[in-house]
Amino acid sequence: MASELMSNEIALLAIFILSVFVGFEVVSKVSTTLHTPLMSGANAIHGVILVGAIVVADHAKTTLEISLAIAAVILATINMVGGFVVTDRMLQMFKGKGKPKKDKGEDK
Amino acid sequence: MSRNLYDLIGLAAGICFILALKGLSSPKSARRGNLIGALGATVATVIVFFYANDGKALHNQNLILAAIAFGVIVGVPAARKVQMTQMPQLVALFNGVGGGAAALVAIVEYLKLGSDATTPVVVATVFTVIVGCVSFSGSIITFLKLQELMTTRPVIFPFGRQIIALTLIGVLASGGWVISSGGTTPLLINGLLSLLFGILFVLPVGGADVPIVISLLNAFTGLTVAASGYVLETTLLIVAGTLVGASGTILTRLMADAMGRSLFGTLFGAFTAKASAATGPADTRPVKSGSADDVAILLNYAQRVVIVPGFGLAVAQAQHTVRELADLLAAKGVEVAYGIHPVAGRMPGHMNVLLAEANVPYEQLVEMEEINPTFPQTDVVLVVGANDVVNPAAKTTPGCPIYGMPILDVALAGNVIFLKRSMRPGFAGIENELLYEPKTTLLFGDAKDSLTKVVSALKAL
Repeated sequence: MASELMSNEIALLAIFILSVFVGFEVVSKVSTTLHTPLMSGANAIHGVILVGAIVVADHAKTTLEISLAIAAVILATINMVGGFVVTDRMLQMFKGKGKPKKDKGEDK
Repeated sequence: MSRNLYDLIGLAAGICFILALKGLSSPKSARRGNLIGALGATVATVIVFFYANDGKALHNQNLILAAIAFGVIVGVPAARKVQMTQMPQLVALFNGVGGGAAALVAIVEYLKLGSDATTPVVVATVFTVIVGCVSFSGSIITFLKLQELMTTRPVIFPFGRQIIALTLIGVLASGGWVISSGGTTPLLINGLLSLLFGILFVLPVGGADVPIVISLLNAFTGLTVAASGYVLETTLLIVAGTLVGASGTILTRLMADAMGRSLFGTLFGAFTAKASAATGPADTRPVKSGSADDVAILLNYAQRVVIVPGFGLAVAQAQHTVRELADLLAAKGVEVAYGIHPVAGRMPGHMNVLLAEANVPYEQLVEMEEINPTFPQTDVVLVVGANDVVNPAAKTTPGCPIYGMPILDVALAGNVIFLKRSMRPGFAGIENELLYEPKTTLLFGDAKDSLTKVVSALKAL
């Protein structure tokens, strides 16, 4: 049991370290023009904490735990869904030529 | 659903995220990459419903679904309606809620585990709570500053450094307390002190430094999510959080380079600069202000024009008009380029997004290092709502908040035209000596109105 736990920890550590390298490798190739979409896209990706929020909401027993977990679900959903939508909206504009488009939000 | 299958699907979702970032290496593949990322996130969210409670309906399932629906109702319209000019605020806000969510997840898991939590898990929990809370409150303050719901100037209070240092010590000490003795109260105190630290840490940061703070908080949230992935033993969260941490770290480093100083100096510079920033010569000196016709004539007879956009372009929504002007000049045989300072605007790449919205071709968007050597051969520089990034004080006035920042050397060009709303200094609150130079012409007014007038004057020539 103890050794199994250990190997699991090592596996998580390995995943972490490999992700660091992949992350630096991939992100350093991002074009400077796209730094804003990179930031909002990365933002959307960490919205996947929603998965964690759902897991703890399932575990939650006391009212306090449930309220905190549900708050986490709401915040994470805003983060994830909003992040991907806004990144898509931005990247659409970078498609190059085509019609100059007016977004609804632009005229107030 | 078995743990193995769940982990495999999680791995697939992680690959989707890597592809999403990889797509951003070129504008052509970027949109598809983002959609792949969104797909990965959706799949990961759906399968957790089948895994978390061994295939049975989750406890609190209706509440969870309602919470997700509520989040979608809040998040999607915000993302759809936001103007490109307000993107930095929105990104700061999304970043903050993500950090807050991760901190809450770690807290709930900690409450559930109680005394069963192993030391590494408690350490990871404390890390998540500290960094998540700092990211949350720091992002909210950044949002308030950018949205101009509070003062945009650095907020400096007496003994600021000491108070921040004490708060940080309190954060670390209460973190150690949680690790050594466990319990709910220490964690609560730890969380509250971390929230306070996040506020104190962002308050003194000046406007020109906002891009660096946004990048740094982005990295923080990524690391928070990775740590909560360790607490929950979910590899997907570790992968996703680490990717974001890497991206935030790289951007922070790039922004710090663009400011020409260390990260530490940028964040804590405001404390040392308090005296010199506010005081200066009384600003009653004459400036040369011109009409739209004067500006049109200058531009018309130029061979090469460089447009330097700044936050004022964003405020006035003038990106379409500026492109119209550039097209008109190009049709008259004038060479036109845009000089983009890496920290122009309020987040990395802000100006590129705005000009892309106006369909400006990428080739015309020139980075600082490349455009600077060309200023001596440039006849006219048109500064549209930028100030700090062309302010020679960055080179000549030691002690001012932007001292040491590489700037666009527009003073080397033949003529400089500033489109400004008023003589009010920029976001960083520093006087710009360039405004008083004989080669400088000022055209006052909203950038969009001014540009429209220049365009019609140019057409009439």
